Amino acid sequence: MLTDFGKILIFIILAIVFVIITLLISKLIRPNRPTFEKQKVYECGENPEGSPWVKFNIRFYVVALIFIIFDVEVVLLFPWALIYKEYGIYGFAVGLIFLLILGLGMAYEWRKGDLEWARPQPKPPKLSDILNRNSETLNSN
Amino acid sequence: MKIDLILFFLLAGIAVVTSILVITRRNAIISAVFLVLNFFALAGLYLLLNAQFISVVQIIVYAGAIMVLFLFVLMLLRTDNESPILSDKRPLKYFAILISVFVFVQIAYLLFAGKPSRNITPDEAASINSGTIQAIGKELYTNYIIPFEVAGFLLLAATIGALVLAKKKFE
Amino acid sequence: MSILEIIVISLIKILLVVIVMLTTVAYLVYFERKISAWAQNRIGPNRVGFHGLLQPFADVFKLLLKEDIVPDAANRPLHTLAPFIALFVSFATYAVIPFGPSVNIFGYDIKLVVADVNIGILYVLALTSLGVYGITFAGWSSGSKYSLLGGVRSSAQMISYEVSMGFSIAGVLLLSESLRPIDIVNAQHGWMWNAIVQPIGFITFVVSAFAETNRLPFDLPEAEPELVGGYHTEYSSFKFAGFFLAEYANMIIASCLIVTLYLGGWQNPLVDISGLTGTVATLLYVASFLFKVAFMLFFFIWVRWSIPRFRYDQLMNLGWKVMFPLALVNIIWVAALIMIFNL
Repeated sequence: MLTDFGKILIFIILAIVFVIITLLISKLIRPNRPTFEKQKVYECGENPEGSPWVKFNIRFYVVALIFIIFDVEVVLLFPWALIYKEYGIYGFAVGLIFLLILGLGMAYEWRKGDLEWARPQPKPPKLSDILNRNSETLNSN
Repeated sequence: MKIDLILFFLLAGIAVVTSILVITRRNAIISAVFLVLNFFALAGLYLLLNAQFISVVQIIVYAGAIMVLFLFVLMLLRTDNESPILSDKRPLKYFAILISVFVFVQIAYLLFAGKPSRNITPDEAASINSGTIQAIGKELYTNYIIPFEVAGFLLLAATIGALVLAKKKFE
Repeated sequence: MSILEIIVISLIKILLVVIVMLTTVAYLVYFERKISAWAQNRIGPNRVGFHGLLQPFADVFKLLLKEDIVPDAANRPLHTLAPFIALFVSFATYAVIPFGPSVNIFGYDIKLVVADVNIGILYVLALTSLGVYGITFAGWSSGSKYSLLGGVRSSAQMISYEVSMGFSIAGVLLLSESLRPIDIVNAQHGWMWNAIVQPIGFITFVVSAFAETNRLPFDLPEAEPELVGGYHTEYSSFKFAGFFLAEYANMIIASCLIVTLYLGGWQNPLVDISGLTGTVATLLYVASFLFKVAFMLFFFIWVRWSIPRFRYDQLMNLGWKVMFPLALVNIIWVAALIMIFNL
């Protein structure tokens, strides 16, 4: 028996085969003349500075943490959503309590500032500052 | 029936090979790639057992969420100067070997000498029905309603705990 | 039907879907360029073929013939794997999109969907959650700072909006009581489209779809002024084409999903009223599905050329502080609607 999961399997296999074939064809017909300059990492025409694997902000990690927890809650909510109609007010109460707990976690993050992202703080230049600076440079000269 | 068997051995083979690759690769990110593949093979095995919900959750939660966090951590820690953990800590190595032998003996006992605690009949129709997400929903909202809400609280605690720890560690 | 017939019919359907999808992707690129040209009072591609209609093919052959440059600092296997994942994820999703009701051809009752699985929507969500990998791996394996920053930004963006996407879908499931895309479409019979019943969920889903496909105003991963090309800075030749095609294939998938989940799929109340039945009606239904998808695609392009890019903190604020609470409100709203009106 070919179930619908079997059809998905066929589709997935075809997708993989298709991608491999196109990549292979392009590998066969395209030119390949590597040079030292070409193989360098692009950094606006300069020589690359330092390790490419730079450290990045810890907030990305915190976002991923929050995401895992809410992802699990979404997955737990799906079975509830599917049988909700059968249980009437009881189902409503169950879901509401769950969503409230979820909202509590959200409120905690919000309150503690874990959802805040570093915001640019542009300072428009003041005329007096520019004038002062200019007079300083003039004096030093 | 035969296709099931072929698929089972194929997926089981992939699962075993990828899990070996996970622990032998030097580069942690490459290990992560094989771990994702491993999750896929497991999801396929769940599907063969008619556990559709578990199968998809395996991919959404493990492959789609937890591994993303792993990758973030690996990238954050910079993996280009990692050193093997086990080679310079001898006692840890022996402990690891001891644990794996212990688990292996347990599994072998279960497979060859153990008896199921209940009489399990291979009722295929029942197993197909109990694997659907609707059936799981019914169980969750009738028999397991308290554990379900407690799970909500557990996740809340996890949220707060994770954030507190993450901030403590990095700030 | 015998097993052989089922296999043959499935293969025909798969081939049909793949061919239609590939041509749509090719011409979507063409239309994007044309519409952007019109939006900016330019002419757009008009050299290759009549009104530039052969432009997509010229582009494909050009990309096939380009040299593939991989930087020395890159991790080669992962560098090749990344566009592969991106393409695969966007292609595999098409398997569960229904594009019409059942049709009767040569005595066979054929469902107009490749695979009618009872966890269809979860399958889509699972694949969407894997889309992050293509971008993360591309960013990490290139060995370039721009790529890494673009990749990390993009994955953080995608996972942030995935949550609101999941919660919006839960609202749809409340009404359909099934994960089967066909059931979801049937639950929106007549004018009971989810976009009308739950407008908040519709908005959160559309915004999340924009963010998931990395389209403007959410295209920070490739914000040219600051990150050069983002995660595909170091990609060239057909590997670059892989990401490029995946972006457009994702756009089509997103449109198909929006139509299936919120705009009633192939449903068309006018055809219902007209009393037509049989093949003519089926064709009209399929046409309405395609029309709705085409409209959503136009909407995607329209938005891209009308709205400026968000700043990263604005993007994260929108995702977590606006879309996420709205999606929660939507679930309670739909649940209350069902309670009150016994929908």
